[in-house]
Amino acid sequence: MMDTKKKPLKQKIRLAPFVTIFIFLVLGIIGITVDEPSRVLEQATQICLSCIGIG
Amino acid sequence: MDLIRKWVQALFFILTNGYWNFPVTKGIYKGPLKIVCSPGLNCYSCPAATTYCPLGSLQQLLAGIRMSIENGQLFFGLYVVGTMGVIGGFVGRMVCGWACPFGLFQELLNKIPSPKFGIWPPLRYIKYGLLLFMVILLPLFALDEFGFGSTWFCKYLCPAGTLEAGLPMLFLQPGLRANIGPLFFNKLFFLFLFIIWAVLASRPFCRTACPLGAFYALFSRIKLVKLRLDPAKCTDCKACHNVCPMGVRFNESPDDMECISCLACSKACKFNAITLEIGGLSITSQPRPSVCQLKKPTQATNTSN
Repeated sequence: MMDTKKKPLKQKIRLAPFVTIFIFLVLGIIGITVDEPSRVLEQATQICLSCIGIG
Repeated sequence: MDLIRKWVQALFFILTNGYWNFPVTKGIYKGPLKIVCSPGLNCYSCPAATTYCPLGSLQQLLAGIRMSIENGQLFFGLYVVGTMGVIGGFVGRMVCGWACPFGLFQELLNKIPSPKFGIWPPLRYIKYGLLLFMVILLPLFALDEFGFGSTWFCKYLCPAGTLEAGLPMLFLQPGLRANIGPLFFNKLFFLFLFIIWAVLASRPFCRTACPLGAFYALFSRIKLVKLRLDPAKCTDCKACHNVCPMGVRFNESPDDMECISCLACSKACKFNAITLEIGGLSITSQPRPSVCQLKKPTQATNTSN
């Protein structure tokens, strides 16, 4: 069991999730600016036979 | 709450597999929705898939990274990793419990009456190795004579791809059957292995081999929406141990990387010690049980872990 077993929980806003989401959001936006989604779309609309074990 | 979760799982299954015209077209969906990331493991070569699989896309981008750079395109997978990271930052492995079609498939298989077994805990670390090697390093560095990498995880292991894409495409396009070889039988072996294992144990693929779950697990401590233990209310009755489909002992490790936030432990806790929180603020609050309720024996509903 945890050492803090009998201490009541504090309601405190955590910043870490917001920072994490912001960092990955920035990464995603960089990806969009280099037009990566068009490449993803191109890949996702073609059947990759070797990827599914055929061919 | 479990009923709500089942409905959410069904909703995500339909949303990510909503192209029902495939029996007519005999092919896959090619529309603009495929620019949207599937939060769970859902092969984009599945005839019904409407979204892209983050693992498949990431491997393809890394496998072709040299060719992209030669063409002046900076396709490093940032869009895909960014999307996965945003999902992970919000809910982490809650995706596995609420939005993954292959997770739902395993849960349904586990309802088949049979002897139930646990899973040896160290096997959980395999999926981190698969994420590192088969999804990142091998596609990036194991090149063919033309300088292309390969989608190692999809090609050699992914049972979701075999189930959702390989088998349906063979049915829809009989001409492809001539291409069946050792690669396909290897993948078929893994599919049947995990199907049989899922009947006998809870979510074996999620727990041992899913690289997407491994990626989301990295956010277990910092994700926005997570379960929280109130140590002051916990009596160490271990009711949460018995119901967890992932084998987590929640009151001993509240930030366990295996937790899929299915809320089974929250429901089982008679003392309201486990609540759902968003960004540090608790959002679920059950009424405190009466003394009579507390004296009732706790019934273990799942002993497979």
